[in-house]
Amino acid sequence: MSTRKLSLKDKYRILTRDLEWEYSYRDYREIFKQEAFEGIKITDWSKWEDPFRLTMDAYWKYQAEKEKKLYAIFDAFAQNNGQQNVTDARYVNAIKLFLTGVSPLEYQAYNGFAHVGRQFGGVGARVACQMQSLDELRHVQTQIHAMSHYNKFFDGFQDFTHMHDRVWYLSVPKSFFDDARSAGPFEFMVAIGFSFEYVLTNLLFVPFMSGAAYNGDMATVTFGFSAQSDEARHMTLGLEIIKFLLEQHPDNVPVVQRWINKWLWRGTRVLTLVAMMMDYMLPNKVMSWKESFEVYFEEAASALFKDLARYGIEMPRYAETAILEKEHVSHQAWSIFYNYTHAAAFHTWMPDDKEMDWLSEKYPDTFDKYYRARFEHWRELERAGERYYNPTLPMLCQTCQIPMGFTEMDNPTLTAYRQSVYQGERYNFCSDGCKDIFDHEPEKYVQAWLPVHQIFQGNCGGPDIEDVLGDYYRINLGVDNMDFHGSPDEARWNAWHNLQPAEDKLKQAS
Amino acid sequence: MAVAAITPDYTGERLDRMENFNGNQVVYLGWDHHLMFCAPVAFAVQPDTLFSKVLDELIPGAFSQHPEFDRVDWGAVQWHLNGEAFTPQADVALIDQGVDHKSILRFNTPGLDGIAGTGS
Repeated sequence: MSTRKLSLKDKYRILTRDLEWEYSYRDYREIFKQEAFEGIKITDWSKWEDPFRLTMDAYWKYQAEKEKKLYAIFDAFAQNNGQQNVTDARYVNAIKLFLTGVSPLEYQAYNGFAHVGRQFGGVGARVACQMQSLDELRHVQTQIHAMSHYNKFFDGFQDFTHMHDRVWYLSVPKSFFDDARSAGPFEFMVAIGFSFEYVLTNLLFVPFMSGAAYNGDMATVTFGFSAQSDEARHMTLGLEIIKFLLEQHPDNVPVVQRWINKWLWRGTRVLTLVAMMMDYMLPNKVMSWKESFEVYFEEAASALFKDLARYGIEMPRYAETAILEKEHVSHQAWSIFYNYTHAAAFHTWMPDDKEMDWLSEKYPDTFDKYYRARFEHWRELERAGERYYNPTLPMLCQTCQIPMGFTEMDNPTLTAYRQSVYQGERYNFCSDGCKDIFDHEPEKYVQAWLPVHQIFQGNCGGPDIEDVLGDYYRINLGVDNMDFHGSPDEARWNAWHNLQPAEDKLKQAS
Repeated sequence: MAVAAITPDYTGERLDRMENFNGNQVVYLGWDHHLMFCAPVAFAVQPDTLFSKVLDELIPGAFSQHPEFDRVDWGAVQWHLNGEAFTPQADVALIDQGVDHKSILRFNTPGLDGIAGTGS
C-alpha cells in the first residue's frame, strides 16, 4: 500500500466537509431541533463559506507554538518582578476589572460556541463554531495564567469566578452573555459572533491591550498578541454568519436587523465598563473613550453598514444615541463606581489635576460643563477626611442591569427613565434600547436576577450590607474595596518604590 | 410571542414579584439634576408606609450629604410618580396614593441646580 501525502485542499475537505453524513434513519428536524424556532430560514447549507480554512492538525500546531512563546514571557515577567514595573498601582485595578468581568465571558463564549457548534445543520458552520469554542477556552486559560502573577502582590483577584456570579456590577457582563447563550443558535451567532466579535471587539481589546502596553504590563500585552490571530479568525466567522443568513432568505432580513439593533445596544452598554477604564483607570492614557469610539465604532461601523445595505440592513437603531453618549458614559460610569466603591472588589479614586486637565481637553463639550465640579467637590471631601460613599443601593435597569446613571442626551443632567407595565407589573429601564428589548421578549427579562432586588429579597445573606459584601460576594472588606488612597495595594506599592503616600501628596497639593 | 423559545407558550418566572420581598415593596427615589448621587436609589418599604417617612427618613438618608440639601424648600418641590406630575400627601400610605411596587418617585428642586450649577 502506498502512503500518499494529502494535498492541503484534500486534507481540508476531509477534515471539515467530509465529517458530514446522510441522516438516513432519523428526521433532520429531530437532529437539529433548534434550527427553525427563531424564524430563520436556511435553504442551502452548502452555500456556507468556511471562514477559517484551517484544519485541526494545523490548528494544534499553530496554537502550541504561540503557547510556548506566551508562557516563556509569563515566566520572564514573573522572574523579573514585572508587577513592580507597571506605571503605578492604580493601573492594576483595570486588570482586576478584566479578570472578574471579561475573562469569565471568554469561558461563556467557549460554552456558547460549543453549544451552537452542535445545533447547525451545516457542517461548515459546526466546525467553525467548535474551533472558535476551543480558542475561547484557550483565551480564558491564558488570561488567568497571565493575571495569576498579580494575585500574589495585589488584592481583589482571589475569587474572580465566585464574584462574577454574584457581585452587582459583574451581573452586567454576566447577564449579557446569559442572554446570548439562552437565545437560539442563530441569535447567539449574531449577538456574539457578529455584534461582539466583529463590530465591537476592537473597542474591548484594543483599549485593554494598548492600555497594558502603555502601562508596562507585559503579561497582558503578550496574551493580547497571542489572541490576536484568533480574534481575526473570529471576525471572519462573524461576518460570514451575517452574509450567509442574509443571502439565504429575504425573510431573515428583519429578524437579523432586530438582533443587530438589540445586540449592538447591549454591547455598547457593557462597554461602558471599558469606557471608564480607558478614561480613568489608566495612569498613562492611550486615547480617550470618545476617540476610540469614533475610530472603532463610528468609522468602522458606518463602512460596514454601508456594505450591508445591499441586503436591506440599516444602521443599528440606537447607534445615534450611542454616538451622543460617547461624551458622557465614561464619566457617568466612574461616578457610579466612585459612589459604590465600598461595594466593589477594586479601588477607585479621583483624577489628579493633570488628569482632570486631560479630560477637559479630550471632552471639551462636556467635562467642564457637567463633571469637573462634581469631581472637585468629591476631592475636597476626601481631603477633609470625608471621602463620599453612597450609603444606599442604586436602582438598576431591568435589561442591562447597570445602575441608572445614564442621562437624556437632550438634557444631560436629567436621569433617563423608561418604564413598561407588563401583566400588571412595572419594569424600569435606562434607555429606549433596553426598554424595547424587554418589550419584545418580556418573558425572558422578567427573570432578570437584579442584584439589588435579590439583596432586598434576602437571597444574598445579610442582614447587614457588610454581610452581603463580605460573606456572599467574598470581598475582603477594607482590603479589596474602598478608595485607592489608603488601600493596602497603595501601601505595598509605595514601600516597593520608597514613595510618599498619595494622601500626603494630596494634602500638600491643597 | 412574548419570547422566542423552543418550548411552546414559554413563560418566565417573575423574579421580582411583590410576594418575594417579605411584605415590602420596592420604591425608587431620584433627585433631578443632582448627579452627585450617580443613580436613583432603591428602598424596600412596607406598602402602608406613610409618605411622611419618605420625607423625614428615606430622603435625608439618601441625599443629605449634598451641599444644597439643607436649602431645599419642600413646599416648592415638584414631584413625579412614574413620569406623571404628582402631589404627595404626607399622612397617606404610599400604596393608597398610587406608589406601588417598583414605582419611581422623582423630585425636582427649582432654583437648586447642583454643585456649581452643573446638575451634579
